Amino acid sequence: MRFIFKTRYEQDIELVQHGGQVFWYGLLMALLLVAPAFVSPYVLTQLSQVCIYAIVALGLMLLAGFTGQLSLGHAAFMAVGAYTQGVLVTAGVPFVVGVAAAALFAAVVGIIVGLPALRVKGLYLGIATLAFGTIIEEIIARAEHVTGGNAGLMVPPVSLFGWRFADGPSFYYLCLAFALAATLIVVNLLRSPTGRAFVAIRDSEISAQSMGVNLAFYKTLSFAISAAFAGVAGALYAHNIRFLSPDQFTVVQSIELVMMVVIGGLGSVHGAIYGAAFLIALPQVINAVKPLLPAFLAEATGLQPTVFGAVLILVVLFEPLGIYGAWLKTRAYFDLFPFYRKGMFRRQKAFQKSDRLK
Amino acid sequence: MQFIQLVISGLAQGCIYGLIALGFVLIYKATETVNFAQGELLMIGGFAGLFAATTLGMPYWAVIIVAMAVTALIGFLNERIILRPILGQSAVAIVMVTIGFGYMARGLVTMIPVIGTDTHSLPVPFRGEVFRFGGLVISAEHLVIIAVTVVLCGLLAALFRYTKIGIAMQAMSQNQLAAYYMGIPVKRLSSLIWAISAAVAAIAGILLAPLTFIHANMGFIGIKAFPAAVIGGFTSLPGAIVGGLIIGIVESLAGFYLMEGFKDAAPFMVVLAMLVLKPNGLFGERLAKKV
Repeated sequence: MRFIFKTRYEQDIELVQHGGQVFWYGLLMALLLVAPAFVSPYVLTQLSQVCIYAIVALGLMLLAGFTGQLSLGHAAFMAVGAYTQGVLVTAGVPFVVGVAAAALFAAVVGIIVGLPALRVKGLYLGIATLAFGTIIEEIIARAEHVTGGNAGLMVPPVSLFGWRFADGPSFYYLCLAFALAATLIVVNLLRSPTGRAFVAIRDSEISAQSMGVNLAFYKTLSFAISAAFAGVAGALYAHNIRFLSPDQFTVVQSIELVMMVVIGGLGSVHGAIYGAAFLIALPQVINAVKPLLPAFLAEATGLQPTVFGAVLILVVLFEPLGIYGAWLKTRAYFDLFPFYRKGMFRRQKAFQKSDRLK
Repeated sequence: MQFIQLVISGLAQGCIYGLIALGFVLIYKATETVNFAQGELLMIGGFAGLFAATTLGMPYWAVIIVAMAVTALIGFLNERIILRPILGQSAVAIVMVTIGFGYMARGLVTMIPVIGTDTHSLPVPFRGEVFRFGGLVISAEHLVIIAVTVVLCGLLAALFRYTKIGIAMQAMSQNQLAAYYMGIPVKRLSSLIWAISAAVAAIAGILLAPLTFIHANMGFIGIKAFPAAVIGGFTSLPGAIVGGLIIGIVESLAGFYLMEGFKDAAPFMVVLAMLVLKPNGLFGERLAKKV
């Protein structure tokens, strides 16, 4: 067990708390960097996909997990980014400019969504963002001269400074770099005054306001940053899939993004990445297990949604902090080895306190 | 005349939205939970009715009762098994559980071999009949939907007004903890509310079946019923029906008079306008917080 004695206030917000973190994250980074040499091309595309979804999940975690604003329309922000990138790159704009435009445009849409959202809270906000998602989906399907409508839009592969980042390791490294940058941005944002304002808003809007936090500004900012993340991820997604159509960005997709952050662990940066990895890995695991199952179960089309639903229910019932929470508990067990007691993390039974007056 | 015709078909569709929204409101009022699986309960009701009608060959009124009973049981068990353990947790957690239940319901239904991903049609005694009033043509399906909705609303109103259980439910929706202290069996009532709400969804499913057929994804209509509940105010039972009717009529008119594509987006535009202008909805209760 490691004790960190803090003697200065600055130690509270240091990026690296102790040498162990440098070692383990360094090891993870090294493993990710050498991964292309060891895994099959298929697994590599899945890893790129994980990186892309990790970026969206980080953005959504910032919004839902740290600012407490539930968004059920995040796939729409991804769609905005993906289509911006697709249209611009097809028109001959360089990749980097395209990504920047995708982030900016998604952020602007995020602000447009965030402004009306200032008036509503909680589940009403969820429904408002859901409505926005549906409307954006419909706009994309109807704006045929720009987006190709339901017929779809082909996206050329990435070319950067004359290099082709089309597929395989090069595209994976590109996604990894973006995911790493996104993680660092979120981690740094959270230890800045802005991040603390976000957390204050999540915990209690009234107390945050009385401490001088400008609610309107920070809520809109949170929406804008979160949408910009989704926009960047959407831009990468466009290059990964190479074909965009409106039915890739539906309400169901948005709900799956929320599932990602909840399963990963609401309110933790690790959770966003765990959630993204989990949601990409689960269908693969199901496919791998299929041959072992009896035929009537393996052939069934509904197996995947059933497992998804079951996992979601089990996580919320038994591990409210998600995968990250499970990890913390495991670590506590080994930290305290002989002294771990069963009731240590037991939740208290509670009656519903009214949410309506929040 | 065209206009009135559109309004009437919008009313019929709106009644379906209203019934689903009624389910949302019943549950939200009592337990402050938004049930994202209301559409899936509707789908289960539709399939239960299909089973009763085709396999068991029951008459139409019995089909409705079987569908209601089966779905109510599932709603009851759902509350009992997966929602009660997280009573009192954050709203997001409960919403995620209902979303998970919806996923499971959809997956399990497609896993049943006979059903799969096919569409099925429910045999109804009044299919294809039309009534003519002057220049108006009203199909029997639409009339049945409107009539059943009116009757059901009357029954629910009576339940909440005149029965002990209904009054206890009202008390519980005002303040759960206080109701508990007054000896109201909050847990049992909460299960009962889920059962009632599921039964209402089943009726909506049976009524919807002649219009759209029965298939595993018919539950996505639940997403369109959110605007109805929000317009009504999410805490008001009459509001849900009024909201449903408004959404139905708006959708019907937008589908005819506006460009293609507006039909699906129109309800959501209405709900956004509503949230910006009057977040509490038309009939929502105004609550103020004392700090």
